[in-house]
Amino acid sequence: MVYFFQNFLNALQWGSFYALIALGYSMVYGILMLFNFAHGDVFMTGAYIGLGTALFFTMIFSSGAVSVVPGWIILVLTILSSMALASILGMIIERIGYRPLRNAPRASAAITGLMIGIILETGNLAILGAQRFSFPSIIDTVTWEAGGIFFTNKKILIVAVALFLMAALHVFIKKTKWGMAMRAMSYDPLAVPLMGVSVNIVAPMTFAIGSGLAAAAGVLYSMAYPVLDPMMGVNLGWKAFVAAILGGRGSIMGAALAGFILGFIEIFVAMIFPSTLRDLIAYSIILAILTFRPYGFFGQAHSAQLRL
Amino acid sequence: MKRIFIILSLILVSAAAVSLNSCKARDKNVIRIGLNAPITGDIPKVGEGAKFAAQLWLEDIKKAGGIEVGGKKYPVELIIEDNETKAESAVKASTKLITQDDVMIIIGPFASKQAVPAGGVANNYKTPMVAPWSTNPDTTKNRPYVFRACFLDPFQGPVVANFIKDEFKFKKAAVLFDVASDYPKGLAEFFKLAWEKNNGPGSVVAYESFTTNDKDFSSQLTKIIKSGAQILFVPQYYNEVALIVKQAKELGWKGTIAGSDSWGSAETVKLCGSDCFGKFFSTHYAAAGAKGDTKEFIERYNKKYGYVPDDVSALTWDSLNITKKAIESTGGLTGDIKKDRTAVRDALAKIKKFKGITGEMTYTDSGDPQKCAVIVKINNKGEFEFYKSVCP
Repeated sequence: MVYFFQNFLNALQWGSFYALIALGYSMVYGILMLFNFAHGDVFMTGAYIGLGTALFFTMIFSSGAVSVVPGWIILVLTILSSMALASILGMIIERIGYRPLRNAPRASAAITGLMIGIILETGNLAILGAQRFSFPSIIDTVTWEAGGIFFTNKKILIVAVALFLMAALHVFIKKTKWGMAMRAMSYDPLAVPLMGVSVNIVAPMTFAIGSGLAAAAGVLYSMAYPVLDPMMGVNLGWKAFVAAILGGRGSIMGAALAGFILGFIEIFVAMIFPSTLRDLIAYSIILAILTFRPYGFFGQAHSAQLRL
Repeated sequence: MKRIFIILSLILVSAAAVSLNSCKARDKNVIRIGLNAPITGDIPKVGEGAKFAAQLWLEDIKKAGGIEVGGKKYPVELIIEDNETKAESAVKASTKLITQDDVMIIIGPFASKQAVPAGGVANNYKTPMVAPWSTNPDTTKNRPYVFRACFLDPFQGPVVANFIKDEFKFKKAAVLFDVASDYPKGLAEFFKLAWEKNNGPGSVVAYESFTTNDKDFSSQLTKIIKSGAQILFVPQYYNEVALIVKQAKELGWKGTIAGSDSWGSAETVKLCGSDCFGKFFSTHYAAAGAKGDTKEFIERYNKKYGYVPDDVSALTWDSLNITKKAIESTGGLTGDIKKDRTAVRDALAKIKKFKGITGEMTYTDSGDPQKCAVIVKINNKGEFEFYKSVCP
């Protein structure tokens, strides 16, 4: 039982990353009917931006070697600033990568995403070099034990922040005017501009929100796994894409839920079977799910509208 | 008239072809040495260490006016190729060095993942190759032209297993390794074999794996902790070591963690921090507490590049000096690169009691030297401290 709960916590943390990244894929699909394949690399860039801002804030808020503000303030600033900067990056990607191709064939737009991804990876490699960076430990890790189950303050923080961001996104899309505009846009991209809401505002906004969430995931991820490398977004990006499909295209709730489900499948397969077979078995299970539910958990056969 | 014109133009074309050809032919009075190193990719620090050591070595050679063979001094040219830490790029780099750059000998690749396939290329082209850091047996197996400057996985596995048994008297061990990479996989198997020979079958209570680029090891580590193992053996490279050690601590692991020579990088402590203090690993040399030539090398390197060299740098240094010794003992170069390559190969296979900075090496007509391993403890200052020497 202890063993099960320990793995449950592991899966909760691991699923948070998939969920946060999958949201970006699903939102963009809902609005523009295409997957932004650069999304995994936006996550990577977010982590690197987080590294930069974390070092920056630690530097300006410290006198000598002692920090004058508590670690959590620096952490909040780091997450917010990297989300903001990554949102700008998302809007730039939309502007130069997708807007000129909005009426081009879908395949061209998919290729654009891959190209932007490669540019981000190799650009990082060219600017920062190939060495790995260690993410600073902004808050001290505290390990607790409760009945044989070990957990850290970071683990709780990661899951809590991830859930908070998902709830915030839910409220935004459901309650605000701009959220309504996004839902309307995915419902009818031709009629909504006639009502005075431009695609050129809604699309960048979607990219900005998705990229911001990816950057938050990047910073949280770097806290849990503090070794940064330029290719860190590739694998995770692809798997989060699987989660977005599994959740149902355009479904916000689906993407979040499927992210956690994917995390749980990966962790529990490794718990039960030899870990060598983890991905083989985990992704066979997902293939089987998709065979029976080809549109994912919350997907609909002939629509990919943005839904909650 | 027309015929004369045709003949003239034919002569012109063939002359042009000949002159182009002679441009391509290399200067026979220069010894070219290729370095096939991971300058970019997963382990760039390894490539950097190798490059710096090779450049330091080249300085010495230049100061001496080249390598003296049969009474004649030959200048040396070093050609560095990046293998991007990829097997296919390593094969490409070696092929280019052999067929286009006409090198006499290749140093590298470094990780076994690249050295095993690239060794096949070198052997097929009958070009000697010295892999400084590859400990997988397949690198040199049935390949007369391929050598190495370090010991082998089958040797390192038992070294760690025996050391743990003698030092801590532990009975139960766990292993966590990358199943998609030759080096950790090979070493994990040899460790398991040796451990079960010492402590009986089933004494490796958890044998867990992951695949390259994985960052989350929580489910494997939870399994390992549940198995009741007393020691965890992690034959991984520095970026994974940092993640595994940290995650193990967070999940409540209380036992010892031991590793292999792949830990021996300055990056290990940089990425891992104080969590890695007190951990053990087997390696080729220990920087803290070195004497003689080894100390001199460390000081020179540190002065020039600003950090203490890794084992990769030390082994690259030794590989280049074995190369130099082998070229010298051929007794004279013919200028025919194919003949000279074979002569260098034969001389390499006969090197006895060579005093390298990573220990004394003897080759007995196989590509693998006989030498000792060192057990290193990461002390509380984050230095690699000599703990014990283990000989075969």
